[in-house]
Amino acid sequence: MNHWIVAPIVLPAILAPFIIMVLRYHLDLQRIFSVAGVVALLGIALTITTQASGGEIQVYELGNWPAPFGIVMVLDRLSAMMVLLTALLALPIVLYAIASGWDNRGKHFHALFHFQLMGVCGAFLTGDAFNLFVFFEVLLIASYGLMTHGGGSVRLKAGVQYVAYNLIGSTLFLFALGTLYAVTGTLNMADMAMRVAELPADDTALLRVGAVLLLLVFCIKAAVLPLHFWLPASYANAPLPVAALFAIMTKVGAYSILRMYTLGFGPEVEATQGLVGAWLQPAALVTLAVGVVGILGAQHIARMVAFCAIASMGTLLIAISLFTETATAAALYYIYHSTLATALLFLVADLVMERRGGAIEPKAPMPQSGLISALFFVGAIALAGMPPLSGFIGKLLVLDASRDAPDANAIWAVVLIGSFVTIVGLARAGSLIFWKSHDAQYTPVPETDEEAPAQPAPEPNAGLAFTSVFGLVLGLVMLTLFAGPALNYAGKTAEQLFTPEHYISAVLGGEE
Amino acid sequence: MEALVASAVGIMTAAGIFLILRRRTFPVILGLSLITYAVNVFLFATGRLALDAPAVLNKYEDVPYTDPLPQALVLTAIVISFGMTAVIVMIALSAYLSSKDDHIDMTAQDSVDAPGEDA
Repeated sequence: MNHWIVAPIVLPAILAPFIIMVLRYHLDLQRIFSVAGVVALLGIALTITTQASGGEIQVYELGNWPAPFGIVMVLDRLSAMMVLLTALLALPIVLYAIASGWDNRGKHFHALFHFQLMGVCGAFLTGDAFNLFVFFEVLLIASYGLMTHGGGSVRLKAGVQYVAYNLIGSTLFLFALGTLYAVTGTLNMADMAMRVAELPADDTALLRVGAVLLLLVFCIKAAVLPLHFWLPASYANAPLPVAALFAIMTKVGAYSILRMYTLGFGPEVEATQGLVGAWLQPAALVTLAVGVVGILGAQHIARMVAFCAIASMGTLLIAISLFTETATAAALYYIYHSTLATALLFLVADLVMERRGGAIEPKAPMPQSGLISALFFVGAIALAGMPPLSGFIGKLLVLDASRDAPDANAIWAVVLIGSFVTIVGLARAGSLIFWKSHDAQYTPVPETDEEAPAQPAPEPNAGLAFTSVFGLVLGLVMLTLFAGPALNYAGKTAEQLFTPEHYISAVLGGEE
Repeated sequence: MEALVASAVGIMTAAGIFLILRRRTFPVILGLSLITYAVNVFLFATGRLALDAPAVLNKYEDVPYTDPLPQALVLTAIVISFGMTAVIVMIALSAYLSSKDDHIDMTAQDSVDAPGEDA
């Protein structure tokens, strides 16, 4: 067995408790170990992506129990590329959190950060439905800590909402898993796929209920309308570097939809045929529409970026809901783009908020205004999907893939009008924040009466902060320059997803 | 017994949903706990209901047995929901103590003007 497969889970699982127990009073050491851990994770992710790119599906049996009985980790192209995306995203964010001093505004930032990475990587790698639930809980409980990091009454209130909403989601997940277990008698995804295909056609009512319940859970995670209500308040009130990391969490929902509904309840399974796409597609269109309206109407930069995240999930899920190979390849490219672009805008929003507060209204100019506005401009171009950055390529691919779909007119209309409204909304925010500031009267920013951080925060390291933001920009540029190879990989991944027989035989095939 | 278990799950879920829709944090947390109890019983029932049957196979004689896997799932679910409830109680308490207000919703002031403490 290839032990690299569990390494993305084991490494943070060891590092996080080590940081809590051994290094809890040494912030500098925590920072060093945390960055080293993320770099190591990136190395591991590159290794397993190389291993997976050959197209062979590798299985890791935990405790050496054979597949339907034990829990398996499965490494295929999709999970490898998602783990790589997690590591690529985590590196600039951890550097930014250190540079901006965010990790010092509360306790245990780095430990929680690594627990979060562990949960995300685990969710991407697991081949067992109940284990997916467990990793969801791991990433959620770490996210509760990160979300309320730094305290403050508004953030804690938003945290209560966030936790309550996700607890309901977890309960729903258990109901869905219970229903599916009652019908199929297994929780292993590959085994479940086989049992689902063998079910008699007139005995699938419960199965369809389970499939739709599961879809609801993933839609909560992916913030699909009408289950998106948790996202704007939580992301806008979370520490913004954390919100940037949460850009990967909505993608966990999208990944799970892709995984479950190509493997277990795929397009060719009769019992659930057309069920998922039929519900998901209108919901995704409305998600995009509401997201862009939110961008236009937001009065605070963090909220605006949160709505950008919702809108980009809408575009992504439109592509996923088509359930064809080309559309899925487009969706995979778009996942990379939208994660990096959303994270970039969250970090820029944090730079703005640290200097002048986040309200979208003219205020006195801030230091480094030119550089920050340039970064905002880059992020806005990427998110709105204008050339020359990868958002343009991504949206073009999504539109192209939906050309033959029955609702192509609706999809094209919503995506194109949505992009236009996004441009207007981002231009409005950018001009109010960066241009109009020179007309505004100088009024000193009033001191907030929120509690002061426990220790005097160290001088923020603006150089490192900008470097990490430029790292994300570089990621977007590379994604644009190497769109060909990236798309090639995405295409092969989609091909692998739509031939689930290989996955099933790799998991259940027997001895390695 | 099926009717009893089914109605227990149904009533607990209904009561939980009713409580979740309340406006203060305490009933919401109670509602969440009720729903997690309901889902635990539900998970238990997914392995089919069996009376007086052990959760192990008996290789010497052919006696009824009950599915052990849901019991393991329930155990995991109980531990997780217990931990999560503890977390939400702590966060709700600190939110209440810092804002002197235990409403679950954000006021218009909270959500428009001041996301984050630095605004």
